[in-house]
Amino acid sequence: MNATTWPLRGGVHPQERKTHSVRRPIAPAPLVEHYQLSLRQHQGAPAKPCVAAGDKVLKGDLLAKAAGPISANLHAPTSGTVVAIAPHPIAHPSGMSDTCIELAADGRDQWRARAPIEDPLAAAPEQLLNRIRDAGIVGLGGAGFPAAIKLSLPADETIRTLIINGTECEPYITADDALMRERAASILSGVAILMRLLNPQRVLIGVEDNKPRALQAIRQATDQVSDTQPISMEVVSFPTIYPSGGEKQLIEMLTGEEVPNGKLPAQLGILVQNVGTCEAIYRAVTEDRPLISRITTLTGEALSCPGNLEVRLGTPIGALLAAAELQPDALDRLIMGGPMMGFALTDLAIPVVKTTNCLIAATASELPSAPPPAPCIRCGKCAQVCPMRLLPQQLYWHARAKEYTKATALNLMDCIECGACAYVCPSHIPLVQHYRAAKGEIRDKERDRVQSERAKERFQHREARLAQQAADKAARRIARAATKAKQAPATEAPRPDAAQPVEDPRKAAIQAAVERRRGRRSADLGPADQGD
Amino acid sequence: MLLIQESSPHTGAQGSTARMMGTVAAATLPGLVAMVHFFGWGVAFNVAWAVAVALATEALVLRLRGRPIRTQLLDGSALVTGTLLGLAVPPTSPWWMVGIGAAFSIGIAKHLYGGLGQNPFNPAMVGYVVLLISFPLEMSGWLPAHTQAPSPLDALATQWLPGNLDGITAATALDALKHNSGLTATELYAQHPSFGAWGGSGWEWVNGAFLLGGLVLLYLRVIDWRLPAGMLFGLAAMALLFWGGSGSDTRGAPLMHLTSGGTMLAAFFIVTDPVTASTTPLGRLVYSTGVGVLAYVIRAWGGYPDGIAFAVLLMNFAAPLIDHYTPPRTYGHPGTGAGQGRP
Repeated sequence: MNATTWPLRGGVHPQERKTHSVRRPIAPAPLVEHYQLSLRQHQGAPAKPCVAAGDKVLKGDLLAKAAGPISANLHAPTSGTVVAIAPHPIAHPSGMSDTCIELAADGRDQWRARAPIEDPLAAAPEQLLNRIRDAGIVGLGGAGFPAAIKLSLPADETIRTLIINGTECEPYITADDALMRERAASILSGVAILMRLLNPQRVLIGVEDNKPRALQAIRQATDQVSDTQPISMEVVSFPTIYPSGGEKQLIEMLTGEEVPNGKLPAQLGILVQNVGTCEAIYRAVTEDRPLISRITTLTGEALSCPGNLEVRLGTPIGALLAAAELQPDALDRLIMGGPMMGFALTDLAIPVVKTTNCLIAATASELPSAPPPAPCIRCGKCAQVCPMRLLPQQLYWHARAKEYTKATALNLMDCIECGACAYVCPSHIPLVQHYRAAKGEIRDKERDRVQSERAKERFQHREARLAQQAADKAARRIARAATKAKQAPATEAPRPDAAQPVEDPRKAAIQAAVERRRGRRSADLGPADQGD
Repeated sequence: MLLIQESSPHTGAQGSTARMMGTVAAATLPGLVAMVHFFGWGVAFNVAWAVAVALATEALVLRLRGRPIRTQLLDGSALVTGTLLGLAVPPTSPWWMVGIGAAFSIGIAKHLYGGLGQNPFNPAMVGYVVLLISFPLEMSGWLPAHTQAPSPLDALATQWLPGNLDGITAATALDALKHNSGLTATELYAQHPSFGAWGGSGWEWVNGAFLLGGLVLLYLRVIDWRLPAGMLFGLAAMALLFWGGSGSDTRGAPLMHLTSGGTMLAAFFIVTDPVTASTTPLGRLVYSTGVGVLAYVIRAWGGYPDGIAFAVLLMNFAAPLIDHYTPPRTYGHPGTGAGQGRP
């Protein structure tokens, strides 16, 4: 029944802590008065606002357009008035602010006119792809890569294997689990749309074995749609291990293939989409509902009422935590994303974005700070768990010593920052932090190198241009002098120094030019300088 | 509200360097008990004294270096070094000798190179070799197993009062084998009191007890299986190749080599020192196999009856080079010739 799987090499088994948040079904998050819609909801360039302060918008209206090759549209999560387009704290590890569109809800939550595609499987692929692009759908598993770009394949590429990622490997998070339990049919309808777009030979739905109810729901749903599909969708379960949900890791586990360095999975004929993305695609196509909300897990021991909420983009996280009955005194650490790869937030005004799959309100005893780092004893546990099969320990030495050439030679840039190495480190060394810093500096250096290369090129071009101009000028001057020299014997009396016969008109021209220049120079210098 | 702002991951596995070191030290207990049983209380006193000197030296050097004494003293690394040195020296060693060895291990071999994690050579083995070269007489005599295991007081007196050791120490099985010329293996086993069923008398049990402790460490995943496996393989393979049968020119059966001298102590507690071993998965196999091969070479053709300490130090030299040539093949990268590619 189950297709072959390959073991993940490396990986860790952190405590799952998933049970708190899946006791209740998915509930809608309350409507709030103000939404802050960051223009950076996704990977790539920020979207460009197409509304102005004071504009009235309906739910689903376009607020900002995709700008540049990798970007995504952004829509109004509810009806109301655009109040401002101004900097506001956004979900970013640095705690920085960035431009957000502030929307004051009018409370009516009124939709714009919608044009659902009734029978997606009869629609033209271009129409489906345009709809996905217009709806601003991005990968909801975590990375937030615009879906339409991933699905627009070059003519020479075909997808053999479509992989649907139902692998929620980070502890705490249950957003995809809840979605699969409750909306398996919608997910599969989204998968059917992807199949219509890509014509794959195989469809694999990968779910870890720690989600038996989600697996059961997905299996039942696939059985129901099996006769309507040209090929069957295979549900594959495999042993739970972190980070099996990473795209490269999931591909390795389900197909045994590795994505070659510097290539995309599509170049191998493989495409991976998350289950949440599939559901969003289904709703965009059949309901004309752009991506204006997502499922977010609210969990952590500082919440009395953890669970999964369907959250509108732009909702301040403070409002969500309040809805989950936050006990502010107990809150010690607030994480967006999972405990392995998520980042800590310090501001409750930060709004939810398209990639916000989880908010963890943790108490001090739940996620205690690591003890101060001790010296590395080279135990090598980090190398044993690294899913990319790097040598974290050597990378650490090199990163610390700023030996970036060596770190790059050991493939530092392949690090996916999954945190498995730091998780097992008995010396509690914040390895990932060192790698991030080193990668940042390597990228900066590379950018500097490219820039200085360009500057050098520009300089060389300028030098060449100036030299050319000078040469042209000299040539023109010679030409002028030559014509003058030809006319000279006719118009002027022979000069005493012209007693020698002039054999070469070119030489004469140069001579004439030099003399003229001398004359001009002494004239320019003026009488004051004559004494020199 | 003051929220914690730290970089991911926000959670970690339970475990610490101190716990790892403590587990290693605890896992030597079966071996220690067996050694006390066969060679008397001198072994236990050696271990206690070596640990005390090691900790004192550690504290002193940390103080001189201006490092936090409490956390680093309690990280257990000096405890392990002292324990291993105490187990390696003969039970009749005088106190000052063990003290010199322990102080040298910590002060010179560890801290002079930068302290925990920075030392290229196994500190306990450096201390042992210093003693072996400086005090060959004291270091070469072992008590015969069981015959006249001294009382605790006698053992203490031997270590702390000047006296003559000649009367009580005897050649070990590895010694006897090395200097044997004329007896067949069967005759040697039958005539020489230092031989047991397969290896050295008593040593078979001691090695078995260290093996037991080592298996616990493997089970707890404190040590990498590649390190003991490689060493035992290297030693056994060489012993099999150069066995020479059971005639008078025999170099000893593989089983004899596995169950004599410091084989199991080295395989599970010394070769497994991660600081001085190779760090790549393949490199660890190469490194530990090298230790096994060299240990045999020294036993069979070298100047010492047991050569593990020298073998370990020689391979410590080679570890950075081995690391350089054995990086694992990164996901999505073409093979590096490390033989780890997917078939």
